[in-house]
Amino acid sequence: MTASTTTASTRTAPSRAPRVVGLRGFPTLLAVEARVWLREVGTVFFALAFPTVLLVGVGFAIPGMRDVLPAEAFGPEWEGRRMLDAYVPAVLAVAVATPALTTMPVGFATFRERGVLRRLSTTPMRPQGIVLAHLVINLAATVVATLLALAVAIPLLGVVAPANVAVVLLGFLLAVVAMYAIGTLVAARAPRAGTASAIGSLVYFPMMFFAGLWTPGPIMPDTVERVAQLTPLGAAAQMMGAGWQGEPFPALQLVVLLLWTAVCLPLGVRLFRWT
Amino acid sequence: MSTSPVVEVHHLRKLYGDRPAAPPETSRPGAGTREGPGVHDVSFTVAEGEIFGILGPNGAGKTTTVELVAGMRTADGGTVRVLGNDPQAHPEAVREALGVQLQESQLHAKITVAEALRLFASFYPAPADTEELLHVLDLADQRDTRFDHLSGGQKQRLSIALALVGNPKVAILDELTTGLDPAARRATWDFVERVRDRGVTILLVTHFMDEAERLCDRLVVIDGGRVVAEGTPAELVDTGERTVRLRVADRDHDRALALLVRLADTDDHVFTVTDVRTDQGRAEIEVLGSRRVLFSVVPALAAADLVPDDVRTVPRTLEDVFVDLTGRTYEEVGS
Repeated sequence: MTASTTTASTRTAPSRAPRVVGLRGFPTLLAVEARVWLREVGTVFFALAFPTVLLVGVGFAIPGMRDVLPAEAFGPEWEGRRMLDAYVPAVLAVAVATPALTTMPVGFATFRERGVLRRLSTTPMRPQGIVLAHLVINLAATVVATLLALAVAIPLLGVVAPANVAVVLLGFLLAVVAMYAIGTLVAARAPRAGTASAIGSLVYFPMMFFAGLWTPGPIMPDTVERVAQLTPLGAAAQMMGAGWQGEPFPALQLVVLLLWTAVCLPLGVRLFRWT
Repeated sequence: MSTSPVVEVHHLRKLYGDRPAAPPETSRPGAGTREGPGVHDVSFTVAEGEIFGILGPNGAGKTTTVELVAGMRTADGGTVRVLGNDPQAHPEAVREALGVQLQESQLHAKITVAEALRLFASFYPAPADTEELLHVLDLADQRDTRFDHLSGGQKQRLSIALALVGNPKVAILDELTTGLDPAARRATWDFVERVRDRGVTILLVTHFMDEAERLCDRLVVIDGGRVVAEGTPAELVDTGERTVRLRVADRDHDRALALLVRLADTDDHVFTVTDVRTDQGRAEIEVLGSRRVLFSVVPALAAADLVPDDVRTVPRTLEDVFVDLTGRTYEEVGS
C-alpha cells in the first residue's frame, strides 16, 4: 500500500482502518487457498463432479429412470413426468451438502490439527479471513457443481425446466444457508480431520437418504417423507421438488430450513475454536 | 540506539491449576485454552537490537511466556509491553511489527514454499523481498516443493522465513534449531546474527545451553515458570569464583591433598578442596575459591616442593550455572 492510499483511507474512514488492515492480503489468501483446494483430487471430484456423475449414472444405468411414470400409480401431479425428473432436486441438495458437510469441516479441522489457524493468528491476517476464503471457495464449488449438473441434466437427460424457478431458487439458497450452518457446527470443535470427516459422514449420509437419493419423490414411503420434511436436506429437496413440479408453495419446508439455520448457525459460530 | 525497551515483561503469570491437561472438548472456548507449562513469575526487559535468550529445560514455561508476549494467550497476571503496546489487550497492535516462529506449527500439506512466502508477505504493509529470503535461507531450490515434501530442516527454515517476511521489528524464534544437524545449526546461528545486524530485535527461546552462550547478548534462565537468573552469558558464568584442577605425581597425591586441606582451613580466602577422579580414573585435586585462589595454591605447593604435572582452571558453563541455581542437572529436568 502506498503512502497516499494510506492517508486517503485514514481520512475517509479512520474508525474502520483496523478491519481493513485485518484483511490485507485477502485476495492473495483467496487465490492461494483456492489453488491448494484444487490440488485435493478427492475433494475436487466430490464437490464438483459427484452430483453430475450421480445424475448421469442413475439416469442411464438404472432401468426405468427415464420412463414416463404411470399416472394411476403416483397421482395426477406426476402425469407425463419421469422418475429422473424427481431425482434432480435430490441431486441438487447433494451438490449443496457435499462441500458444506464434508469438504469445509474437514478443511477447518485440518487447519486446527496442523496449527495453521494458530500460525495465522500471529500475523495481521485475522483467522476470520481464512474462514471467509473457504466459505467463498466452497460456495463457488456449490454453484459450479450445480450448474454443471443442470447443464448435463437438461439437454442430455431431457429434464424439463422448473415450473416455478423462484421457488427452486429460494429452496436452493435456503439449503445453502442451512447446510453451511450445520457444516460450521460440525467444523466448530473437531480437533482432527478424521473426527470432522466421521461426524460429517454421520450427518451427511442420513441427510442424503432423507433428501431422496435412494427413494426419490414419488417412491419415497409416506412415513419417511413425513420425517424427511423435518430434516434440513429433506426439506430442501422437497422445496426444490415442489417448485420444479409447480406444486403449492412449500411453507412447512421453508420454516424447517429457517429453523435449522437459526439454531445451528449461532451455535456453530459460538462454539467455533481456532485452536 | 533507542533507550526505551522493545519488550518489557513484569511479573507475568499464567496458571493452569494442578489438574492435568483437560481434553479440548471440556475446556471453555476462547483464547488461552491450549494447555501448557505454567508461568508463575517472569520479568525481563529486552533492548533494541538485542538477541535476548529465554533459556530453560523443557516444560519450564518458555513457550508459554513468549505466547503471552505475542498475545496468543491471556495472562492471569502481570504486564507485557511490545514496542510500547499491550499485546494482551490489543494483540492486533503488535502483529505487524512482531514476527513469530512457532514450534509444531505446520502449513497446508500441498502449499509450495513460494506460495506460502507470497501469502504471508501479502498480510504486511512493507514485506521483505521473498526472493532474497528464499536465497538467504537456502530454500531457492525448494520454491516449488510442497510443504509435506520438505525435510525437517527445510520446514524449520521456511518457518523462520515466514516469521521474517513481514520485516518485523521484533522476532520471536522458538527452538529454532531443534531437529537440525550440527552444520545446519551453525548456519542458522549465523543467519540469526545477520538478522539482528539488520536491526531486528530477537527473542530467542531455547533449551540448548550452547545456543544461548553462542547467540545471546543477554538472557534469562527460567525454571518451573520463574526466572532463576538474568544477565549476559559472561555475567551468569562468572560468579567471581574459580575452579582450579591440579594433578601431581601419584606418590605425592595424598601429601598435596593434605597440604591444601590444611591451607583451606587456615587461609583468609575461603576455598574448598575436593579429591576427584578424572573420567580416565586419574586422581586430581579440585580447588574452588575466589578469583585469586591460584595465588594461594601455587606458593603453598612450591614451599612443599610439590611440582604439579598439570594445573588448569576449569571454565564454568551455563550448565554449571543451572546446576548451582536449581540443585539439579540439566538432563534430569529436560525431556
